[in-house]
Amino acid sequence: MIRSELVQKIAEDNPALNVADAERIVTTIFDEIISSISSGNRVELRGFGAFSVKKREARTGRNPKTGDAVSVDSKHIPFFKTGKLLRDRLNGNNDS
Amino acid sequence: MSSKTLTRIELSEAVYREVGLSRNESAELVETVLNHISNALINGEQVKISAFGTFSTRNKKQRIGRNPKTGTEIPITSRRVISFKASQIMKEKVAAGNK
Repeated sequence: MIRSELVQKIAEDNPALNVADAERIVTTIFDEIISSISSGNRVELRGFGAFSVKKREARTGRNPKTGDAVSVDSKHIPFFKTGKLLRDRLNGNNDS
Repeated sequence: MSSKTLTRIELSEAVYREVGLSRNESAELVETVLNHISNALINGEQVKISAFGTFSTRNKKQRIGRNPKTGTEIPITSRRVISFKASQIMKEKVAAGNK
């Protein structure tokens, strides 16, 4: 499923919305998640999962082609942890 | 660094501000979006959201694990897990905002 298909489904589920509205809603949700974690906050969606930021320390890496040592600066990367309910549902367990 | 945790409430609030719907409807829409993503993943589909990232599922084989406390070996059964790969745009924004 790609973004446009998700938008399409939202529009179909809600006859009161046109596709442009659905598009705006989807964009708002994802933009809000990005802007939250960009300012160091965590986004926790119970049952679905949580988006957070993890810090990667500076390290000495290697150019895989030449073997030269290169220093890699520390950086922050986005991280998603699957929620318990979704994890269980993925494995065919719907009891929880 | 991290100060706040946002939840569904803040997401629906953002939708409420952006679109002319009630708070209730906005909350339902957030839920609908999450449900569509979950269901696609459960059906084994990849979910690709441009400018955000890609969710996909992977199958993990059974392996032998260990109870870290007692050291007893126990099999970890095969399972499906979700992997999320953030888009370049998201990575750049997160890196820029968390310096």
